Amino acid sequence: MISASLSMLPAAIINGLMYGAIYALVALGLTLIYGVLHIINFAHGAMLMLALYAAFFLFHLFNIDPYFSILIVTPCAGIFGYMIYRYGIGPLAKGKDQNILLITLGLSIIIENGALFFFSGDQQTVNLSYGFEAFDLGFMYLSYPKVISFFAALLMCAILWAAMSLTDMGRAIRAVAKERQGARLVGINVERIFAVTFGIGIACLGAAGCMMLPIFYVDPYTGNIFVLVAFTIVVLGGMGSVVGALVGGFIIGITESVGGLLLGESLGQIGISLIFILILIFRPTGLFGSKV
Amino acid sequence: MTNFRNHLYFLLLGALALIVLPYFISSRFYIDVLTLIFFTAYLGQSWNILGGYAGQFSFGGVMFFGTGAYVSSILLTTFGFPPIFGIFLAILGGAFLGLIVGYMSFRSGLKGSYFALITLAFAELLRVLANSVEFTGGGVGLFLTYAPGLSNLQFESPVGFYYFALILMFISIAIVYWLESSRFGAQLVAIRENEDAAEALGINTLKCKIYAIMIMGAMGGAAGTFYAQKYLYLDPPIAYSIHLSVEMLLVTIVGGMGTIFGPLVGAFVLHTVNEIARHFIDTPGLSLIVYGLILIIIIGYLPNGLIGAFKKKEKKSDSTSLDKKTSRGDS
Amino acid sequence: MLKVNNVTKRFGGLVAVSSVDLEVNEKEIVSLIGPNGAGKTTLFAMVAGFLKADEGKVDFENASVLGMRPHQICKLGMVRTFQITQPFAGLTTLENIMVGAYSNTSETDLARTKAEEVAEVVGMTSLLNQGADGLTVAGRKRLELARALATDPKLLLLDEVMAGLNPTEIDDIVTVIKGIRDRGVTIFLIEHVMKAVMNLSDRTYVLNDGKLIASGTPSSVAEDPQVIEAYLGHGAAEAMAEGA
Ligand SMILES: Nc1ncnc2c1ncn2[C@@H]1O[C@H](COP(=O)(O)OP(=O)(O)O)[C@@H](O)[C@H]1O
Ligand SMILES: [Mg+2]
Repeated sequence: MISASLSMLPAAIINGLMYGAIYALVALGLTLIYGVLHIINFAHGAMLMLALYAAFFLFHLFNIDPYFSILIVTPCAGIFGYMIYRYGIGPLAKGKDQNILLITLGLSIIIENGALFFFSGDQQTVNLSYGFEAFDLGFMYLSYPKVISFFAALLMCAILWAAMSLTDMGRAIRAVAKERQGARLVGINVERIFAVTFGIGIACLGAAGCMMLPIFYVDPYTGNIFVLVAFTIVVLGGMGSVVGALVGGFIIGITESVGGLLLGESLGQIGISLIFILILIFRPTGLFGSKV
Repeated sequence: MTNFRNHLYFLLLGALALIVLPYFISSRFYIDVLTLIFFTAYLGQSWNILGGYAGQFSFGGVMFFGTGAYVSSILLTTFGFPPIFGIFLAILGGAFLGLIVGYMSFRSGLKGSYFALITLAFAELLRVLANSVEFTGGGVGLFLTYAPGLSNLQFESPVGFYYFALILMFISIAIVYWLESSRFGAQLVAIRENEDAAEALGINTLKCKIYAIMIMGAMGGAAGTFYAQKYLYLDPPIAYSIHLSVEMLLVTIVGGMGTIFGPLVGAFVLHTVNEIARHFIDTPGLSLIVYGLILIIIIGYLPNGLIGAFKKKEKKSDSTSLDKKTSRGDS
Repeated sequence: MLKVNNVTKRFGGLVAVSSVDLEVNEKEIVSLIGPNGAGKTTLFAMVAGFLKADEGKVDFENASVLGMRPHQICKLGMVRTFQITQPFAGLTTLENIMVGAYSNTSETDLARTKAEEVAEVVGMTSLLNQGADGLTVAGRKRLELARALATDPKLLLLDEVMAGLNPTEIDDIVTVIKGIRDRGVTIFLIEHVMKAVMNLSDRTYVLNDGKLIASGTPSSVAEDPQVIEAYLGHGAAEAMAEGA
């Protein structure tokens, strides 16, 4: 039993890496929002679920390939995030940490049950023409979608990183993250930066949703699964740390698949919450505890 | 003091009304809805002690309920231990879990969103554990036998459970009533309002917060036994459901955090809304959408809940705004 | 009563408090002055248990209080106030003071009586039922004082309780502080208002850039060239001139 598990270990690790890249992208959105706004978006999982549905309906109704949908869903998600912060979360929360947590909790309840109401509770998947083709690595088969998603997620992270370092907007965002008051003094419209950052964070989810759909499924509860995963990655990597989100994503992806292999389907899920608790208690700054 | 007396008479009258109510209501439906309202108000009150009074919001309050439910149910199914005594072990179990979670989280200084999330993670951890070990019945769950009788805390008529829930709720209100006029309550409120100042004035903030979460845990434990004996079935998704965690905080925030009757008012309003919504469109999710909307509206516009809004109209000069401008200490 | 021995605190590269020695004796009013950023509040925070000293010893009544938490130190009879006032904003003045009073009794009635007594001493009786978030700056400063006093301290650490007050309000609070000392409470205060320092204190310590640069009677300290230099360097000469 154990030896059989061990022989499958390399495959589990590679699988974990594939998912880890997408987790990293999801966590990147969360950590960016945290690093700049210092708020926790509890609706992150629910919004990811919406993105998955968006990709699903684009495929189902218009036969648009999910990987092509990235180009559509990402900007739409960004605009959605911008609007919802600017006209919803921002004005309602009045800058109180716990208010934001509760408002985004309310938002996640609405989104989750709205999806249940409109889309029913059925699990949806897509069948791509190349969905069952796979690379033969000798010790395992790696499906095309997993590989495409992996590289797409890495590419997306790279684009985000470049945008944050090279564009004026990126510089403004980093200025706000570092010194909110100072940024205000030099004439940066901090409220707008907040909304833009929230938008970018949600745009990450838009892209992640499209990449995830071909290798996963979507139902109204999908968000629940990822909320704790995303938070765990972010506290593991250090709230607000970009490098941390990337490394954390891979660690969690691998933990999940190796944990599932060694501990079994059910107990394997324990890794996520256990890591979350241990990190918060023993090393609350995370592994890379620095600001954006 | 006469004011206080009047207040008390008013309360006793209300309590009496709830006690005799079943003699005037023949509809099983209304009895069940009221039972559920008392039950949620009770759980909300447990959340209120830690969240509303001590200011420590938890997102995983269900963990005490679930643990209490498992404690008395497993004792019953494996040893035939009668739930009328089992409920006290459930209470102990809940308090003990509160001690562990409270010690670990407060000891390492977690507060605000971090505390909320770590309680969520604890509940999730327990759900996975309950799902993976054998003595909880794992994913299959636990089935309890139907055997009405006081020693089993089971009743043939729904009115029995009505009184069971009513007693729980009365006890919870008595606890908070005591809190309002005791040193411990004042210390919790001081911690909520400003932890540094509380500590400077001699309050052992760590100990107080741990006591508060232990009380919450004890109350949740009893609720677990109630649920298990009423519905006779338990599995990990029920025992550790995030929805119950959310409902506890929701009824309290809607009614008014840090008030004696907030959870009851909130539970009454939300359940009424729920029943009305269900009456018109019986589609899954709809009432929860309304709950989510109400939560956001209350946070945005009525930070002190319905009771707070009512009080403000009553006496406008009294300013008890919750969203104070928190200025960080310079230490 | 209070002995601070060779205490140092660093924040990253910055040495906020550097090898400070000082002493406060029973029944004294001792003041600690120095330019902004000198490390005064940091020193108080270490003495009261809010910050851990990197080096050195702090003894209160001949027993070390190092490593104790603030509430334990408060129970021993040493309590601090906050320069940036930290009221329990959602509570009334009375309730705020009662929190302090509860440190010696668990009886609500006794705590209320004590709080009313203390309110009388600091002149807040008319404000008892007002919400703390509606108080003026002067009111908040008094509330800090009242809450601390309600714990029945032996030694009060007052951090700039006069900052932001107008001259009449300052005169009022100086009288209050003298009254508190006459009731047997020892006082160690941080202050910028030189007139009050001169008027109140038996002895003064001067802190600059984390280091003690002078100590003695207020008038001798005011003439110390090093002290004048420190203040001039930070553009506080006017304060000195006004005080001298
Ligand atoms: N928590 C902290 N972290 C980093 N630096 C601090 C902290 N608290 C105070 N300092 C710095 O230590 C120095 C002394 O501050 P403080 O004790 O508040 O001075 P004072 O009360 O004399 O005005 C200042 O330079 C201040 O910026
Ligand atoms: Mg200071």
